[in-house]
Formats: sequence, structure tokens, C-alpha cells
Amino acid sequence: MTDQTATVKTIIPSGDLLKEIEKEIGVNVNTCYQCRKCSAGCPMSWAMDYTPAQLIHAIRLGQSALVFNSKTMWMCSACQTCTTRCPQDVDIARIMDTCKILAIKQGFSSPVPRVHKFNKAALRNIKWFGRMYELGMIGDLKMRTFEFFKDAGMGIKMFFKGKLNVFPSISPSRTSTTWKIFSNVAKKEKEHRA
Amino acid sequence: MTRYGYYPGCSLHSTGAEYDHSFKAVCNSFKIELEEVPGWVCCGTSPAHASSHLLATALPIKNLALAEYAGINELVVPCAACFSRFKMSLRELSENEKLSEEIKEIIGSAFQNKVKIIHPLEVFDKMEEKNIKDAVKKNLSGMKVVCYYGCLLTRPPKVMQFDNVEYPMSMDRVMQKCGATVLDWSYKTDCCGATFSLTETDAVLKLTNKILENAKAVGANAIAVACPLCHANLDTRQAEIEEKYQTQYGLPILYFTQIMGLALGIEPKELGMKKHLVPTEPVLAAVK
Ligand code: SF4
Ligand code: SF4
Repeated sequence: MTDQTATVKTIIPSGDLLKEIEKEIGVNVNTCYQCRKCSAGCPMSWAMDYTPAQLIHAIRLGQSALVFNSKTMWMCSACQTCTTRCPQDVDIARIMDTCKILAIKQGFSSPVPRVHKFNKAALRNIKWFGRMYELGMIGDLKMRTFEFFKDAGMGIKMFFKGKLNVFPSISPSRTSTTWKIFSNVAKKEKEHRA
Repeated sequence: MTRYGYYPGCSLHSTGAEYDHSFKAVCNSFKIELEEVPGWVCCGTSPAHASSHLLATALPIKNLALAEYAGINELVVPCAACFSRFKMSLRELSENEKLSEEIKEIIGSAFQNKVKIIHPLEVFDKMEEKNIKDAVKKNLSGMKVVCYYGCLLTRPPKVMQFDNVEYPMSMDRVMQKCGATVLDWSYKTDCCGATFSLTETDAVLKLTNKILENAKAVGANAIAVACPLCHANLDTRQAEIEEKYQTQYGLPILYFTQIMGLALGIEPKELGMKKHLVPTEPVLAAVK
């Protein structure tokens, strides 16, 4: 009889990515026991390359390149089903956000570029006008994606129903508010990194 | 006379104007006064929480600080996405004292966490049944509605503390008190794809198709909603969904406040019934 135990390997979780996530949001990913309830309930898992439970597993194993190149967090609609149902209190939806934020911070590009571009266009809009200005945001998005005719028909219908404002609803005398908040946030985030 | 602070959010000033108009009209009928938060700004919605934890917390808290400054104690937030962002931000602050200090620095104003956040559904659900029934002028029994709550009103329950997380009933109760025929169904809290409308449109079509399909299967002739994102996906995309999945729904998507308004005898035009992409005439004909 050969000694089987000698060939059994153990995967030892590397703690770096785990610690980074814990530092960002104070969530301990290690409590996950892979029941996969999060993936079972996820309405977007069919569009992801790794299911939410797989991504959590990869985080525990310290597979940061796999995680940061993954489509999974970019295809998450933030519906909170996973977080609600996890028996181990792992805040998966928040981890999805954190993975996006860390991936961009570490120089990975989004495998679902449209979503990232939409976020950037929307935030720039909020910074400038204080409130979301849909037409401006859509224009900005189109300049970034070069999809000039996507949704044009629907947009025109909405316009004639009075659902899109021609002019932005600028927060009265308060546009400086969002401008200031954005720059203060940028300052703080720089401090954190230092 | 009851008074509440009011945070309409960006959608109610544009794509969801019907929600704004109908909510105000209904409040007016019940002598509820709304005071808009002076100088409110966008809550940051999903682009903020997907990009920066600090920003996603700072924007809602700034609005709450503005409300506090205006002397508002109870703030009504009709958009489910804003409602969620407000409650999530308060959770962040309560869990993390250091963050709390940082946010105060970022927004440049004091914040004492004194404002209570409520959803319009809570305002009407806690009203006496008799008061609603007395105010009802039209018969809506021909209107068969399913109530769609979407993701964010109830989830995650520890943060939102709003109704039952998987099978909420507050909207159903309000609609029943208004005399509509309310049907049971399976998609009350399923996701519609929310913010993917402009980016991953195919995903939205797939998810909303299932919602419309189930509503139709149980015999609904309208869907009641409480979120401008849900409304946008179900109403403005419905023609595309029908084309893609070779089917015919023709289901008007109405804000629950529009249905209340109809029951109270408010003119359809005042409730923004002409702003929908799916025609509302068939369901208006059921109002007697
Ligand atoms: S539901 Fe929670 S415990 Fe189960 S696999 Fe997902 S993260 Fe892990
Ligand atoms: S929050 Fe994201 S990962 Fe979680 S269930 Fe919803 S779509 Fe899936």
C-alpha cells in the first residue's frame, strides 16, 4: 500500500487581497463556507465569468489577478440579494464594489468597459451640475463609447414625452457643493494611500 | 396638517416626473405638506458606490446635513435608489467613528444624525384605513395590479428595516385600501437590472421580460412601482422586450402614487399619465 497522505496537497489562503478588502470595508471574507447561496440567488450570475461564490473563494485564495480581471463585479447590479441571503453575514454586494474600486486603483482595466465609462460619465455630471443631467450624461457616455446611435430611438420618444430635460436642473447656488465634496474626497483618498 | 421634508432626487425631476407630480398631488389631497430640502444635491447613486466609498457616503450625508439645517425631522425619499443610499450611508457612519469624522470634514458641515428617513409607502401605509377609504372617489376594482417593489426598498433588511424582505405587503395594502384588485405574484422583489439600462441593455431586457411575463400570467392589467429605475426599465424598454422575445404585454407601469391619485379622483393629466411610453388608456378605462 502506498502512502496516500504524502500526495495530498493543501491550498493555503494568501491573506493579501483578503486584508486589503478588510481594510477597505471591514468585512471578513474568511467566514464564507462556500454554501453558494449567494450564487444561487444572483440574478446576474449568468452574465458573469465567475459566480459570486467563486469570486469570494478566489479572494480567500489570494488570486488577485483572477479577481481583478474578472467580469463578475462589473456585471453585478447591486441588487443585494446575496448579502441578504448569506448565512455567514458576508456582505458580498459590498465586496463587489470594493473589487471594482481596487481593480481600477491598481491599474487593471475593466473587461466590461461600458459600465466603467458610464460610472465615470455619471460622476463627472454630478460633480459639474450637482445633480444628474441625463442628456449631458448620455452625451458624455457616447463620446466615451462611440455608440452614437444606441438607444437613439428610445431617447427621442422619451424626449417628446417630456422625460428628458434639455437644460440641467442645477442645484441652486450649490454646484460648488458637489465640486467641493469631490475634491475633498480626492484629497482624503490621497492621504489614505500615503 | 402633517409636514415632512422632501428629497425628490434627480430622477423625480426628469425621467420620473410622474412620480413627483402624482406624489405631490396625493399629499395635497391628504393635507400633507412637503418641504423640499433647500439646495439638495444628487445622492451619487450607483456610480458613486461603485467608485468610491467616501464619495458614496459623503453625498447622501451632505443632503441629510442640509435637511437638518433646514429644521427637518422626517425626510420623505420616494426614489428607492436614493432611499437605499441614504440608509446605507447612515449605516456606514454608525459602524465607523473614524469615517464619521472624515465625512464631516469632507462635507464641511456638522451632522448630528437627527433626521429620520421614510418612504412614501410608509406614510400612506400607516394612515388610518378609514381616512383613505373616505377620500376615495373612484372605483378601481376593474384595475388588476401586481405590486413591484424591486431590489432596494427591502434589501438588505438589517439596513433598510422596511417591510418583509422577500414578500413585502405595504404597497399591496395601500393599493387595496384604494380599491384596486391586488394580485399575488412571484416577482415582487426580483431585480430589473436597474442601472444597466444604458450599458448592459440586453441583461435588462432579459430580467424585465421575466417580470412582465409573470405579471401577465397572473392576470394583471397594470404593474404598480415605487422606483423610477424600475419604471424606466419596465416602461420605456417594454416595446424592445416585446420585439426581442416575440410577445405582447401592453402592461402600463404606474407609480403607486398615480394609482392612489386616480382613486382620489385627481385628473389623469395632473398625475402625468400622458408621460408613459406604454399607453395608459386601457387601464384608465377601468376607472369608474
Ligand atoms: S452565501 Fe455566503 S457563505 Fe455561502 S457561498 Fe456565498 S458568501 Fe459564502
Ligand atoms: S448584488 Fe450583485 S452579486 Fe449580489 S446577487 Fe445582486 S447582482 Fe448578484
